[in-house]
Amino acid sequence: MPNTAQALPAAQESCAGSRLGAPAAPSLVRDTQDLLLSVENLAKSFTLHLRDGLTLPVVSGVTFDVVAGECVALGGPSGAGKSSILKMVYGNYRIDAGSVRIADGEAFAEVAGAEPRQMLALRRTRVGYVSQFLRVIPRVSTLDVVAAPLRAEGVDEETAKARAGALLARLNLPERLWSLPPATFSGGEQQRVNVARGFIGSQPLLLLDEPTASLDAANRQVVIDLIREKKAAGAGLLGIFHDAETREAVADRVVDVTRFEA
Amino acid sequence: MTTDTPLLTAQGLAKYYGHRLGCRDVDLTLHEGEVLAIVGESGSGKSTLLGLLSTELAPTAGRVAYRMRDGETRDLASLSEAERRLLLRTDWGFVRQHAEQGLRMAVSAGGNVGERLMAVGWRHYGDIRSEATDWLSRVEIAAERIDDDPRTFSGGMRQRLQIARNLVTRPRLVFMDEPTSGLDVSVQARLLDLIRQLVEEFGLAVVIVTHDLAVARLLSHRIMVMKSGRVIEQGLTDQVLDDPREPYTQLLVSSVLAA
Repeated sequence: MPNTAQALPAAQESCAGSRLGAPAAPSLVRDTQDLLLSVENLAKSFTLHLRDGLTLPVVSGVTFDVVAGECVALGGPSGAGKSSILKMVYGNYRIDAGSVRIADGEAFAEVAGAEPRQMLALRRTRVGYVSQFLRVIPRVSTLDVVAAPLRAEGVDEETAKARAGALLARLNLPERLWSLPPATFSGGEQQRVNVARGFIGSQPLLLLDEPTASLDAANRQVVIDLIREKKAAGAGLLGIFHDAETREAVADRVVDVTRFEA
Repeated sequence: MTTDTPLLTAQGLAKYYGHRLGCRDVDLTLHEGEVLAIVGESGSGKSTLLGLLSTELAPTAGRVAYRMRDGETRDLASLSEAERRLLLRTDWGFVRQHAEQGLRMAVSAGGNVGERLMAVGWRHYGDIRSEATDWLSRVEIAAERIDDDPRTFSGGMRQRLQIARNLVTRPRLVFMDEPTSGLDVSVQARLLDLIRQLVEEFGLAVVIVTHDLAVARLLSHRIMVMKSGRVIEQGLTDQVLDDPREPYTQLLVSSVLAA
């Protein structure tokens, strides 16, 4: 049910029970088994010291949850702070205030102020990220780039490479390219490598920053299928989708980021 | 294998050269398999800090402790000279910017690698030679160069030989001081990729001093930014580089030319 839930409080909307219509009154107490991400009162601004300390407020009071099996889209125009929110959840941007908690086994791990090695462990096993641009490592083959997250989880090389190949094939990346480093690939090819690398892991929470931005219709459909499969497997996804068609196809609800304007 | 006890710990480290400050107030912990980059301009104190951590310099204040292979954490100042030398030759490596300071230039490539093996008790010539050959191939040096001395090697080859010499004893901690500076860009990329692979394969802990933020981004998990002898900012590598907080870090990051 895309785009219908903007006005509802997030906690009610994504309560599994209320979807089935079972409880008479929607409960604000979430089944924490299903809660994968909880963002509360998140705030961010940038201070540009090279511009006389100019402060650029980005967002404040950002509050929403993501539960297992749903895809939440961050909505709002460019510059509203959508990417900054994703980057804070991934530990890539610092958190000025508020809390980002990611389900980690029985407990929740706090991203704000996490030690680097805690954050890296979370990325290895709990939260994945598909960025818009691929950061290319010289001399590393496409197949190894894609297989790396699985190798980091401890999967053996042969299995990891086989699964990487299967994903690249699904994304229609010609096999003759697999042994090459993706540095010289086109934007669309690099993005498919990026998508494969992001979807190959088994992290239960996946962050997507415009995963279909430079893809043709056929490959966009593959990404839509991949997202649906992740949802069906019980993962939670948080994404930015500028392309309305993709958003309608995958998002269960939209969190309007303009509500959190700083 | 990995434990929660840090491999290397420094507390309140300071070094003064007479009245001149080298570095001060440095605290750090490093765990097994962690790669820490120390970045900053020349004169920021990063090489001094590396010297203090690796016991090449004696601190004016503070202490450095290391978890030895037997699991016991020792204050490095309490080691005997023999213990310290053994540590440097076996469980530690040090890759220097200028290969001639890290290699024995008049000894063959094979000898440079084999020497470290002999220091840990290898005696059989054939074993040493075959292990050395194996390591030369790992660092992409042709086996037929094994009897040539490093004076006949290019800069990139010398650095790769230095890496083989350091890693042959399977150290747990390697210090690197600007290992790619002064090399051609293509040679640099090859060397960086090799270092990255070996670090991953052996789960090495590394403290790498570099002024090159791209090197830090590629290799390190964490960054410490130094300025005027102090650590002014630190954290996860991509966080410090993508969201730098301190004015000096913002200047460093914004000064990099995008290729």
